[in-house]
Amino acid sequence: MSLLDRHTGFVRALRHGGLPVSLAEGLDAARALTVLDLADRETLRAAYAASLCKRHTHRAVFDTLFELWFPVGPAAETEADAADPTDEQPGGAAEGGTTADAEEFRDRLRELLLGEDDIALRRLAREAVGRFGAFDGPSGASWSAHLVGRALDPRTLMAGLLRAVLGGQLPGGVAERNARRMIQARVDRLNEHVLADVRRRLAEERGVERVAETAVKPAVENLDILRASRTDLIALRREIQPLAQRLATRLTIRQRAGRHGRLDFRRTVRASLSTGGVPLTTHHRPRRPHKPELVVLCDASESVSSFAHFTLMLAYALREQFARVRAFAFIDTVDEVTRFFEKPGGDVTEAMRRLTAEANLVRLSGHSDYGHAFNVFVQRYGDVIGPKSSLLILGDARNNYQDPALAALAAMVTPARHAWWLNPEPERDWDTGDSIAGVYGRRISMIECRNLTQLGRFIGELA
Amino acid sequence: MTMFASPEDARTRLGAVDYLTDPGIATAVFLADALGKPLLIEGPAGVGKTELAKAVASAASAELIRLQCYEGLDESRALYEWDYRKQLLRIQAGVDGWDEARAGIFAEEFLLARPLLTAIRRDEPTVLLIDETDKADVEVEGLLLEVLSDFQVTIPELGTITASRRPFVVLTSNATRELSEALKRRCLYLYIDYPTPERERDIVLTRVPGIRAQLAEQVVRTVASLRALELKKAPSIAETLDWARTLIALSADELDEETIASTLGVVLKHASDHTRAVKELGLPGIGG
Repeated sequence: MSLLDRHTGFVRALRHGGLPVSLAEGLDAARALTVLDLADRETLRAAYAASLCKRHTHRAVFDTLFELWFPVGPAAETEADAADPTDEQPGGAAEGGTTADAEEFRDRLRELLLGEDDIALRRLAREAVGRFGAFDGPSGASWSAHLVGRALDPRTLMAGLLRAVLGGQLPGGVAERNARRMIQARVDRLNEHVLADVRRRLAEERGVERVAETAVKPAVENLDILRASRTDLIALRREIQPLAQRLATRLTIRQRAGRHGRLDFRRTVRASLSTGGVPLTTHHRPRRPHKPELVVLCDASESVSSFAHFTLMLAYALREQFARVRAFAFIDTVDEVTRFFEKPGGDVTEAMRRLTAEANLVRLSGHSDYGHAFNVFVQRYGDVIGPKSSLLILGDARNNYQDPALAALAAMVTPARHAWWLNPEPERDWDTGDSIAGVYGRRISMIECRNLTQLGRFIGELA
Repeated sequence: MTMFASPEDARTRLGAVDYLTDPGIATAVFLADALGKPLLIEGPAGVGKTELAKAVASAASAELIRLQCYEGLDESRALYEWDYRKQLLRIQAGVDGWDEARAGIFAEEFLLARPLLTAIRRDEPTVLLIDETDKADVEVEGLLLEVLSDFQVTIPELGTITASRRPFVVLTSNATRELSEALKRRCLYLYIDYPTPERERDIVLTRVPGIRAQLAEQVVRTVASLRALELKKAPSIAETLDWARTLIALSADELDEETIASTLGVVLKHASDHTRAVKELGLPGIGG
């Protein structure tokens, strides 16, 4: 493949992976290649990143694709192969990696995890994939990062490494925590190298495009909140604060744009003194912004609690934009949870933990019962909703085949200025199983809200 | 007439003015210079975005011209303005006839050049720093588009002024709002994240004279652990440096739990972050 083909192929793959790469940016990247020394791969990566990847959340996709389209040169590979001539024979290799072999690798790995030599770590990863990663797939030779992980098993090295790093210091406390983090970071690097090499080998076997299709994970703002893994959830939580800040800025700009209040006579005359009494510029009073009251009623049951968590975090991060935010949570009965969030400078993660531990949400079974929750809400907190408030219901509308209590829902929706229902399930799953999204959807406008992009867009329009 | 010969050259020369780069930063700086494109830098607060522009200026012995963005920044503050007070004086001082007055009051003498125009008109090497671009209004971005794509400014009374020598332009942003796609397209993009512990240790060793390597190592490792917690405001490089200086001032040799607990205020600036760090790291309680 010539350099030009590789370049255009890479740009196409990036577009396919969701990066908005324009023609001009592609040209910039090509121009950058002409002024650079292409021998250094990290320089090449940095040049492509600077000209093509203009949003930090796209960086993971970019790096994955870069590894595929510009793999480490074949020089390193022949070296690795020479070390073990049998390693590319599929089938035998997985079994061929004897225990003694693995022990030798683990010894070398132990050394490397204590040092800072990333290139040696990558070389080790490549050798290990050749030795332990191969197996006979349904369509010919294949490689698996899982097999390599099982053979090397870096986790079991942790205790010994910790002792080595800590030296004579006592275990426990900050020193151990720091050492553990440092080693974990290097183990993560190793795993990344292994994964990259597995993908590279697969790409050689089946073509780059096919591997690229499966290797790319969506950027964090497009992750499905309900399906997110634990590490994804942490990444998502980190995105909430910046998102809230962006939304708040956009809202302030919108409120200010082109709308002046009445003429401020005093300031205008005062300002005209510097121009000899001629009022060159007029001054106006600021408009008082319209701030709705927000009432959030969220399903806190296991299946959708992570979604409720994010929406509450976002609502509270934006609380300056609302006159008041009141939060209620329910599983099969309702409790007001505003008190957990109202402490100034409060910690929303902590609040969510206390909410599940202390609030009175379960009456009988611990399964969501929307109908009963709505009835109790109308009885106890019915007067909360007034003509100034916007009502927001969060949940998947999976009612466990109980009574939907449509009358109670109507009693909540009618007095509110606006009412929405955010459903974290994809729209095609509505009305399947015990979901009664359609039934509720006729009384209140129901909106699909699966990821941060959709959530941010909705909240931005609401405030 | 470029400032740097290669990414490697950019790395050494920025290192000579005490700015430690990584391959990403060095390559982006070199490319921005070689291709004559503005460099847009994003990243968390306090990782050295503005510092990079200053370092480039002093490494290339160029003058730094800074445009600080804020809400309500407009053309007359960013580009140029006619000094109408002076013009009024000139007219009152006595002129015969309209033609003379018109020619007289729209001359170079009455033009107040603001940062953008100043940077374009200079013949010597210049670094133009447009700081906190996200704080400015959206209209300013439109203005920047025009200036940054052609490096020219049209003043109706004087004609078009084109840069004889393109300035090295750095835009920084804290991403409080998304900059427009059009602006991003015209810039090279660099995201500066918190540095790896190895690089941060080197930064501490360069910037804090007299610190022992082992203490520096302990400081950056602890800061890395703090950043891994879910905090409101993660400690920045500047705060790491402050911490290292504090420890030197207290002549502490070791960063143990006691010392961390008593000096935590240097790195964490929110009460809730404090409580969280004390809990997660198992520090002794503060103030009894």
